[in-house]
Amino acid sequence: MIVVEHLSGGYEDVPIVQDISFSVEKGKILGILGPNGSGKSTLLKVISGILPATAGTILVDGKSSSSYNARALAKKMAVLPQLHANAFSNSVREAVSLGRYPHQTGFFSSWTDRDEQAVQHAMMQTGVKRYEQTPMEFLSGGEQQRVFVAQALAQTAEILLLDEPTNHLDIAHQRQILDMVRKEAIESGLTVIMVLHDMNLASLYCDELLLMEEGRMRALGAPHEVLIASQIEDVYQARVATYAHPEIPKPQITMMPASVEQQQRAVITKENFTVTDRYIKLQSEFPLKTVSSAVHNPGIGWYDCLLNRSVPIDYVINDVKREVAEFLLKEHFSSTSTVVMLTAVPTNLVAINEYKASFGSVLVAVTAGVGNAVDVSRTHERQDKPHIGTINTWVIVNGCLSEEAFFQAMMTATEAKTKALQSENIRDELSGTIATGTATDSLLIAATQKGEEMLYGGPITDVGKIIGKGVFETTVQAIKNYLHSADTPAK
Amino acid sequence: MSKKIVAYVTAITLLIISIWCGVAIGSVHIPLEVLWNKAADETAANILWKIRLPRVLLAGLVGASLAIAGAAFQGLLKNPLADPYTLGVSSGASVGAVMTIFFSISIPVVGHFTLPTFSMIGAILTMVAVMGFARIVDRSLKMETLILTGVIFSSFLGSLISLMIALSGEELRQVIGWLLGSVSMRGWPYVQMIIPFVIIGSIMLWTQRRELNVLLYGEERAKHLGVHVKRSKYIILVGGSMLTGAAVAVSGTIGFVGLVVPHMTRMVWGSDHRHLLPLSFLNGATLLIICDLIARTIIMPRELPIGVITAFIGAPVFSYIFYKQRRSKGVRA
Repeated sequence: MIVVEHLSGGYEDVPIVQDISFSVEKGKILGILGPNGSGKSTLLKVISGILPATAGTILVDGKSSSSYNARALAKKMAVLPQLHANAFSNSVREAVSLGRYPHQTGFFSSWTDRDEQAVQHAMMQTGVKRYEQTPMEFLSGGEQQRVFVAQALAQTAEILLLDEPTNHLDIAHQRQILDMVRKEAIESGLTVIMVLHDMNLASLYCDELLLMEEGRMRALGAPHEVLIASQIEDVYQARVATYAHPEIPKPQITMMPASVEQQQRAVITKENFTVTDRYIKLQSEFPLKTVSSAVHNPGIGWYDCLLNRSVPIDYVINDVKREVAEFLLKEHFSSTSTVVMLTAVPTNLVAINEYKASFGSVLVAVTAGVGNAVDVSRTHERQDKPHIGTINTWVIVNGCLSEEAFFQAMMTATEAKTKALQSENIRDELSGTIATGTATDSLLIAATQKGEEMLYGGPITDVGKIIGKGVFETTVQAIKNYLHSADTPAK
Repeated sequence: MSKKIVAYVTAITLLIISIWCGVAIGSVHIPLEVLWNKAADETAANILWKIRLPRVLLAGLVGASLAIAGAAFQGLLKNPLADPYTLGVSSGASVGAVMTIFFSISIPVVGHFTLPTFSMIGAILTMVAVMGFARIVDRSLKMETLILTGVIFSSFLGSLISLMIALSGEELRQVIGWLLGSVSMRGWPYVQMIIPFVIIGSIMLWTQRRELNVLLYGEERAKHLGVHVKRSKYIILVGGSMLTGAAVAVSGTIGFVGLVVPHMTRMVWGSDHRHLLPLSFLNGATLLIICDLIARTIIMPRELPIGVITAFIGAPVFSYIFYKQRRSKGVRA
C-alpha cells in the first residue's frame, strides 16, 4: 500500500507537480492520466525518488519513503520507466536477472534459489522465457518492453510503478502486458501505479484514475467518475464523447474530429428509392445514422444502403442470418454498409411518401402485410411461432437527430403505426380486438445528421409531428394497397 | 556456466604461456629451469631475476590495470569509445613525467623515482580537478559531463605537453620515448611501486561489478533497482583513475590496451561485469606481455616502443574478432 499526501516536487527549484494526494490499496491499480506536459511522468519520478519532493510525504508500508535506503526501497518498489538504449549487449536472462540486484548483498553474495525462482516466474509471466538466451538487441520493441516488465517483476516488490508500459505496442501486446499486470495485482497483491496515455485502456484496467492538469490533480476516483466528457474536453481541449464498453461496465472515450464544412445539398429524396420485384432499395451517397430492428445490421450504426427484401411465404426463418449474408454477397451488396429487412409482401405494394418540414424533409416507406395482425395486449394468450415481419416501416429524416430524438422518433412512429391499424379497423383474428401491429414488425429510423441538431423527437416536436403524420398516412396507404391487391393476400 | 570456466581457463593458460615466453625468449635464451635450479648458469639467473622477470611482471601489471580500468570506464560511461585515458588522468600523469624530464628535476629523497612520483602526483591532481570541476558544473555528476570535462582537461594538459616538446632540445628523444611507453629497464622497484595500486584499484572495481551491470541501463534505472549511484560512481572513478595513473606513471602512455582488451573480452564472453572485469584483467596482462616481447625481439638488438606494437598487433586482431562476431550475429539474426 502506498499513501501520497500533499506531494509537490520536480526539477531543481521549480515544482512541476503540486499538492498531489492519493492512496492505493494493496492489489489495486491506479492510473495516472493527463495531457502531455501535465506532470504525469514527473509525478512518477518524484514518487520513485529520482526527482526530489519539495513538500508532502510518500508513505510506503506506513513509513516515509525517504527513510528507506536505495536498496531497501528497491525491495519495496519496482519501477518501469520509459526506456532504454543500452550500449552493450545483454541476453534476456541477464537483463531480467538484474531485477534481483537489491536482494543481493555482500562481497561474494551468491545466486540463491529465491533469486532463480523470481527470475523464472517473471520470465514465465511475461512470456519471454523462450528467448532467454537471445541478446536484447535482436528483440522487437514489444519484446524488449516485456523483458523490462519481467525485470521489474523479478524485483518482487510490493509496489510497481509503470510509465507508459504500452508505448509502441500493438493492441495484442498492450492487452498482454496489462492483463499480466492486473493478474499480478489480483493474485499476488501487487500495488500498481501506472501512467497511461490511452484513456480507454486506463478505464478498462484501473480501479481508480487520477487526472492531472498542469501539475495539479484535476480529478481522482473510479473511471466513471473521472472520464466525464465535459471534464476531459476541458482538460485536453479536444471534443470527446463517452460511450459504454460493449462487455464490461467501464466508460470509453472517443475523439470527435473537428467538423468539416458540410455539403448542405446532399439530401435523400424519393429518387434514391429503387423498387424491383425482389426488394425495395434506398441507396444514399453518404452514410446515414441508422437505428433499427432489422435482420442484418440492426442497432445503431452508419449505413448507406437500406434493403426491404421480399421473400416467399415459405422462407425458412431459422437460418436467416447466413441466408441474408449469402444473398448480399451474391447480389454484390456490401455486407458492412447495408441494412436488410425481410417482408412477405410483394414489393409493388410499398407506399413511399415525402413530407416537407421546416428543418428539411422526412421520407416514409412502409410495406404492410396485416394478415397476421395482433393485439399486443392479448398476445400472451397465443402459442404460435412468429412469422416474417409484415409491417416494415422506414423513416428517413433529412436532418440531425440527437440520441434521445432517435428513440423518441421510434416511439412516435410506432404510435402512428398503431393508430393507422386502428383507423383501418385491422383486428387480431383470435381475440377480435383492434390490432396494434403484427408479430414481427420492424422499424428503422435513419437521419442524414446534417444541419442543426434536433434534441427531441416526441409527438409535438417539429420532427415528431411530421413523423406522426407521415407514418400514419403512409401506413394507411400501404394497408390499403395490401388489402386491395387483387391476388390472395400474402401473409 | 561451463562457458565461464572455459573463459577463465583460456585466459589463465594464455597468461602463463605469455609469461613463460616473455621470460625465456630474448637476446639470450634462458632455460626455464634457472628458476628453481640453483646450480644453473649465474649470468642467466641474473638476466632472468633482475631483468626479464620484473619486466614481464611490470608489463603484465600495466596491461592488467589498463584493461580492467578500461572495462569499468566503458561500462560506467556507457560508451564503447571510452578508455582509461578518457577522463584525462593519463594526461595529468604525462604532464608530471614530461615536466620532470624537461626541467631535469630530481628530488633527493626519491631520487630515481622522481619521475613516477611526479607522474603519480599529476594523475591524482588531475583526477581531483576533473571530478571537482564536473561536480561544479553538474551536481549529479552525469556521465556526459564527466566525458566532456575529461576531454577539456586532456586537451589543455595535452597542449602543455606539446609546449614542452616544442621547447625541448636534447630531452626530446627521452620525452617522446616516455610518451610512447615502455617497460624496459625498470626493475623490481617499479613493480613494487605499482602493485599496491593494482590491488586496491582492482578490488574497488570488483566490488562494483554488479552495480556496473545495472548502470548499463542508465543511472535512473540503476537508482530504481536500488543502486547507490553516486557512491558507485565515485568508487569506480577513483579505482579506475588509480589504476590508470599508476600504470602511466611506471610505463608511459601505452595506448590501445585499455580500449581494445575489454571489447575483445566482451565480444567473446559477454558483457556481464562479474566476469568481464577479471577476464579483462587477465587478458590485458597477456596482451601487454606479448606486445613487449615482440617490441624487444622483432628487430633485435634494437627495441621498439611498446605502444607501437600494441596498436600494430591489436588492431588487426580486434578487426578479425569484430568481423567474426558481426558475421555470426548476422547469420543468427
